[in-house]
Amino acid sequence: MAKQYETVIGLEVHVELATKTKIFCGCSTEFGGAPNTHTCPVCTGMPGSLPVLNKQVVEYAIAVGLATNCSITQYCKFDRKNYFYPDNPQNYQISQLYLPICRNGGVEIDTPAGKKIIGIHEIHMEEDAGKLIHDEWEDCSLVDFNRSGVPLIEIVSEPDMRSAEEVIAYLDKLRLIIQYLGASDCKLNEGSMRADVNLSVREVGAKEFGTRTEMKNLNSFKAIARAIEGERARQIELLEEGKSVTQETRRWDDNKEYSYAMRSKEDAQDYRYFPDPDLVPIMISDEWIARIKAAQPELRTEKLERYKKEFDIPDYDAEILTSSKHMADIFEATTELCKKPKKVSNWLMVETLRLMKENDMEADDLKFSPENLAKLIELVDAGTINSSVAKEVFEEVFKNNIDPDKYVEEKGLKAVNDEGALRATIEKVIADNPQSVEDYHNGKEKAIGFLVGQTMKAMQGKANPGMVNKILKELL
Amino acid sequence: MSLMSLTAVELGKKIKAGEVTVKEAVEAAIAQIEKTENRLNCYVTVDKEGALKKAEEVQKLIDNGSLTGPLAGVPVAVKDNMCTKDLLTTCSSKILGNFVPTYTAEAVVNLEKAGAVILGKTNMDEFAMGSTTETSAYGETKNPWNVNHVPGGSSGGSCAAVAAEECSYALGSDTGGSIRQPSSFCGVTGIKPTYGTVSRYGLIAYGSSLDQIGPVAKDVTDCATILEVIASYDEKDSTSVKREDYDFTSCLVDDVKGLKIGIPKAYFGEGLEPEVKKVILDAAKVLEEKGAIVEEFDLGLADYAIPAYYVIAAAEASSNLSRFDGVKYGYRTEDYEGLHNMYKKTRSEGFGAEVKRRIMLGSFVLSSGYYDAYYLKALRTKALIKEEFDKAFEKYDVILGPVAPTTAPELGKSLSDPIKMYLGDIYTISVNLAGLPGISVPAGEDSKGLPIGLQFIGDCFQEKKIIRAAYSFEQTRTYKRPGMIEE
Amino acid sequence: MANIISDETIEYVGILAKLELSEEEKEQAKSDMGKMLDYIDKLNELDTTNVEPMSHVFQVNNVFRQDVVANGDDRDNILKNAPGIKEGAFKVPKTVE
Repeated sequence: MAKQYETVIGLEVHVELATKTKIFCGCSTEFGGAPNTHTCPVCTGMPGSLPVLNKQVVEYAIAVGLATNCSITQYCKFDRKNYFYPDNPQNYQISQLYLPICRNGGVEIDTPAGKKIIGIHEIHMEEDAGKLIHDEWEDCSLVDFNRSGVPLIEIVSEPDMRSAEEVIAYLDKLRLIIQYLGASDCKLNEGSMRADVNLSVREVGAKEFGTRTEMKNLNSFKAIARAIEGERARQIELLEEGKSVTQETRRWDDNKEYSYAMRSKEDAQDYRYFPDPDLVPIMISDEWIARIKAAQPELRTEKLERYKKEFDIPDYDAEILTSSKHMADIFEATTELCKKPKKVSNWLMVETLRLMKENDMEADDLKFSPENLAKLIELVDAGTINSSVAKEVFEEVFKNNIDPDKYVEEKGLKAVNDEGALRATIEKVIADNPQSVEDYHNGKEKAIGFLVGQTMKAMQGKANPGMVNKILKELL
Repeated sequence: MSLMSLTAVELGKKIKAGEVTVKEAVEAAIAQIEKTENRLNCYVTVDKEGALKKAEEVQKLIDNGSLTGPLAGVPVAVKDNMCTKDLLTTCSSKILGNFVPTYTAEAVVNLEKAGAVILGKTNMDEFAMGSTTETSAYGETKNPWNVNHVPGGSSGGSCAAVAAEECSYALGSDTGGSIRQPSSFCGVTGIKPTYGTVSRYGLIAYGSSLDQIGPVAKDVTDCATILEVIASYDEKDSTSVKREDYDFTSCLVDDVKGLKIGIPKAYFGEGLEPEVKKVILDAAKVLEEKGAIVEEFDLGLADYAIPAYYVIAAAEASSNLSRFDGVKYGYRTEDYEGLHNMYKKTRSEGFGAEVKRRIMLGSFVLSSGYYDAYYLKALRTKALIKEEFDKAFEKYDVILGPVAPTTAPELGKSLSDPIKMYLGDIYTISVNLAGLPGISVPAGEDSKGLPIGLQFIGDCFQEKKIIRAAYSFEQTRTYKRPGMIEE
Repeated sequence: MANIISDETIEYVGILAKLELSEEEKEQAKSDMGKMLDYIDKLNELDTTNVEPMSHVFQVNNVFRQDVVANGDDRDNILKNAPGIKEGAFKVPKTVE
C-alpha cells in the first residue's frame, strides 16, 4: 500500500505598509513613477547617509500585532542582514532578527473540519529592496530604487497549515485584518502582499518534520495553491525514490508549474545579522500600546455584526459586503450619502458582483465612487430613470466612474413623465395591438406586459414604467 | 610672520576687524600649501579655485554683517571622509577615487554656515583604518616635525596640515584615537567629543558606534570654538544627542583648583616609552602645582579594550563598507564576467590591504557560529569597560594619561606588524568604546624633537571639564611650530 | 598559534565579503586572521556571564521621523556618480542566468 503523506506548511508573508514615506527617509512610497525618481541618498545607500525611522511604521506594526493576538516586544531593535545583491543598495537590509516587534500570536481560520488557530511566530519590520529590470537587448540588468526602503512587515507563521485551502484561508484572514486596520491594501497581484511558502512533507503519523524548502515568487492565490501542489508532489517523488529533500530556496514558475532551486555558490546564506548601530532601540510603553489599541478601527467581524443589526442586512450579504475593506467602505460611504442601505447593498450584491465576475475583477479593484452610486440610486428613486436604464447607467459608473446626473442628461435617458405625451403613445399602441387588448379583456394578465413593452419600445425605453402601467390600465 | 601662524580665533578676529581680508587669509594658506605640501602630502584634494571664490562670498557676508562668528572667513581643511558637495571625497581609497558627493556632511554644513572657507580635503588612512596615514591610496602624509616619520592616523593629513600651517584648523574623525593620536604626533590639539555630539550625517562610516567628528587646531581655545560651531543635534542622525550645553568656550578658564584628576596606573606599564612617561608625569606635577588634586588609581580592563574594539569596529566596517560594490558610485573594475565577479574584482582592486584585512575579520566574527563567541563577547566587554569608567568618574573629574605609548614612528615601520600597530591605540580606544570625550594637547618632545601629547578623558557630556583642564595646562607652555615652516 | 585558519575559511569569508584574494594574499590573510583571533581570544579571560551586550552606549531611544514626504525627484544627483546608467537606472551585469 502506498504511503500516506502529510504536508506541513508555514508562511512568511511580506506586507507593504500604507505609509506615505519610506521606512528610513522622506521619499514617497507612491507606486509607479519613472525609475529612481523617488530616491535620496538614504534609500540608495550613498556614503555617509543615515536612516531615521518612520514612526508610522512602528504604529502599523503594533496595530497588526495586536489584531493578530501577538505580544508586543516593548524593547525592540533593528538588525542588519548582510548580503550582496544589486537591488539592496547598502548590501545589507535593515530588518529585525533578535528582537522583532511582535511575537507569539495567531489567527483563527475556518476549515472543513472546523475552526483552527494558525500560530504567528513573529512579525518584524524591514525595508523593501529596489526593483531589477532585465534588459534583454543589452544583456544587463537595470536597478530602480523607487521601492528601496518602502516599509514592510514580515509575518512569520508557525508550521501549522496542512493544505492549500488552509493557506488561502490564513492569507485571506491576514489580508482582511490588515486591510481593515488600514495598514496596507494587501494586493497580491501588485505585490503589496507577498507570501513565501515553507513546505515539507512527512508520513502521516510521523513526529518529526521533514526537510523544508522555501518557495518564492508567488503572486496570486491560484499560484500559491498550484505551487503547494507542485512542491508537495516533487518532495513526495523524491522521498519515494529514496532521495532526500534539500533545504533550499526555490523559485516558483507559475507558467511551467514547477519550482527551480535558486542556489548559487556565491550565496552563502550566512547573513551575519547584528544590531544596526545607526538606529536606536524602540521602547514601546504600555500607554503607547493602549493608545493604538483604542484607535483600532472596526475589524471585519464587528463590522459584519453591525451591518446585520444596524442595517438589517442578511447574513450572506453582510459576509460579501465585508469580504473586502474596499467593498465595505463603498457600502458605508454610499449609505451615508443616500441613507438607503438596502438599496446600496442590492446594487453591490447584484450588479456589482455580476460585473466583477464578467470582468474577472477583485473587490479591491473597484474604481467607482460612492458619490456616483448614491446619485444613481437617487435617480431611480426619484423616478428620473427607470430600472433598466439604471442598469445601463450603472455599467458606466462601474467601468468609468461617470457622473450619473450628467450622463443621463447628456444621453437623454430621463424617463418621460409627461402624461400627455405618454397618453398619446399608449393610445397608439392600443390601437395597433387589438389582439392583445382583447386578450387582456379576456383575463390574460400577461397581455398587459406586452403592451407595456411596446410602449417602452416606442418611447426608446425612457418611459416611467409606473406611469405607463397606470395609464394603460386606465385606457383599457 | 605669516597669517597662518595665527590661531583660527586670532585670524578670525583680524578678519572681523577688517585688518585682514578673507582672500588674504585664503591666499596665505594656499601659499603655505604650495611651499610645504610637496614634502608633506597633507591633502588629497586642494580646491584653490573654490576656496578663492568662497572667500569673496564670505567677505561680502562679513561686510554686510550677516556673518559675525569667530570662524568667519577662516580657512579650514576637512578630512576626506566627510562628504562635501561637488568636491571629490575619496576616504583615501581607490574605490572612491572619483566620488563627488551631491550633499555635504552636517558638521561641514555647520562650519559653512559659520563662514568657514574650505581649502580642501585631507589625507587619511584608507577609510580611517590605520594609525599612520600610510594606508592611504594617495601616498602617505609625512610628519612636519620630521618628514621621515609618520604624522599618525587616521586623521594624519588634518593634523599635519594644522602643524604645517597649511590651514588654520581642520576637522578630523576619531574611531579609536584617530584625532588624538595624530594630534599628539604632530604637536597640535584635537578633541574627540562625546558620541552623539557632532552629527555623523555625511561622515563615511567606519565603525558607526564609535565614529565621532572633532576639531584639530593649534590650541584649546580654537578647538573649543570649533566644537561649539560643529556640534548640533541633527534629526538626520538617529544617534545624535540633544545636549543642553553647546557653549564649550565658556570653560576656557585657567583654573584647576580642586579639580580631581585620576591617573590610571595601567596606562604607565609595559610598552610606554620612558620619555613619554616622563612628559606625562611632569604634566601631572604641573597641574598639581596649579591646585589640582592628582591621584593614581586602578582603571580595570584597560588591556581588553583593544581586542573588543577590533571585533566591534571590524564587524561594523565589514557591513558599512559592503555598499562599495561598483554599482552606484566609485570604482568599477574594467573586466568582469557576471555580477559576482564584478563585485569581487571591484572590491579586491578598490580596497587596500588593511581595509581588506578588517573586512575579512569583521565578516568572520559575524559569521554563523562565531557571532556569540566574538561579537557578543566584545559587546559584553564594552559594557564592562563602560562600567569601569563610570566608577572612575564617580571619583574623578577627569582622567589624565598619555595619548600613545610612543612618539611618531618612522615611515614604513608599522604596517608589517598589524597587532603591534593596533597596540599603539591602547590609551585612546577605550574612550571610543565608552563614548567619552577626550582631548590631546601638546606636552613636550622626545629627544629627537618629536612632539608628545597628553590626554584628558572626561565623563560623557563633560567636555567642559577636559577643555578647562587642557586650557589650564596649556597656559604653562608656549606653542611650538615645526622647524620646516620657518625655513 | 592557537587559531589556525583553513583555506576553506578564507574562501568562505571571501564569498561573504566579496573579496577575491590571490594565493599570496590568502596565505597572508590566514596568518593575519589567526594572529588577530589569538589576540582577541584574550577576551575569554573575562567572565561576562550575566553581562548584557552593549550595542548602544547611551540610552537614547525612540528617535522617529513623522510620515511626511520631504524629498522630491533627485534622480540626476542620485545617478551622478554611477559607473553605468541606462534609462534612468543603474546598469549592472545581468542578475538572472
